[in-house]
Amino acid sequence: MSAPSPRPMRRVLAISSRGGHWTQLRRLKTAFDGCDITWASTDANLAREVAPARFVCIPEASRWDRVRLVWSMICVLVLVLRVRPHAIVSTGAAPGFLALRIGSLIGAKTLWIDSFANAEELSLSGRKAALFADLTLTQWAHLGAPLEVKSGAKTSRAKGSAYYAGAVA
Amino acid sequence: MIFVTVGSQLPFDRFIAPVAAWARAQTTCDIYFQHGGTTVDLSGFEHAAFVTPDEAAKLFERAHVVVAHVGMGTILTCLELGKPIIVFPRKASLGETRNEHQSASARSLESRAGFFVAWDESELHALLERISTLSGGTRVSSDASPELIDAVRSFIHDA
Repeated sequence: MSAPSPRPMRRVLAISSRGGHWTQLRRLKTAFDGCDITWASTDANLAREVAPARFVCIPEASRWDRVRLVWSMICVLVLVLRVRPHAIVSTGAAPGFLALRIGSLIGAKTLWIDSFANAEELSLSGRKAALFADLTLTQWAHLGAPLEVKSGAKTSRAKGSAYYAGAVA
Repeated sequence: MIFVTVGSQLPFDRFIAPVAAWARAQTTCDIYFQHGGTTVDLSGFEHAAFVTPDEAAKLFERAHVVVAHVGMGTILTCLELGKPIIVFPRKASLGETRNEHQSASARSLESRAGFFVAWDESELHALLERISTLSGGTRVSSDASPELIDAVRSFIHDA
């Protein structure tokens, strides 16, 4: 018999586009140990990289194509409402940004991790995410203030700012 | 085997053409091109416009050296496998990508072992000429840095 847990397992949605954004997201796998994790990306072939965990394929979206963007928004909206995550983590790009935007409206904690590729400035999506996400991380020390991780303690963070706490590699 | 890859989005013929020309000049050359849709003649070479993640994984395993655009998925995979990689950045000024992040990434990673940047066609040619001497760095773990994992974990679990 195990002791009653202090609260239910955290539902987490980890979402990104395929390609480099996904490679970075996948490298966070161990951070989700002990969570009820749902992975989402834009290529069904990626499911086996995180199997047996739940994986949802969503349509590709880009800021530059209105029709696909709307279709992707609907799919991401349905995904977020179905998963009802306590927390959403994204490494980009457009679908992750949408999920964070929707998640922040339904009370999920939202974490944007700007791509390792953005070594000289935060991406446009990252700068926008920093305005509403609970936490925005850069992977380059010179682009963010050091993040203080205090377990159990609430740390105040400035909206619009990016923080640094290491990189995917 | 040399695995040449331009990623899953756009072709990159300013890169494919000189690599193909170099490969043709070799007496034998075991090379695979993932080109994203090219106008360069690749007859006689193994090639595909796009490959699935599974196919890509097999090609990375087979490769002795990877020659690529500055794609983060490609770079991270090479770091995980300890394979040497030659990169050739796409330029936004030539319409090859939306912004200059590929040059920025290349500059930031240039000091890593096993990571070779060709800033122009002549440097690309010079690196290809000594490709058999290039060696990779030590394999990195398939997990992000412990600090980042901790930060993500705390974010999820802290009230």
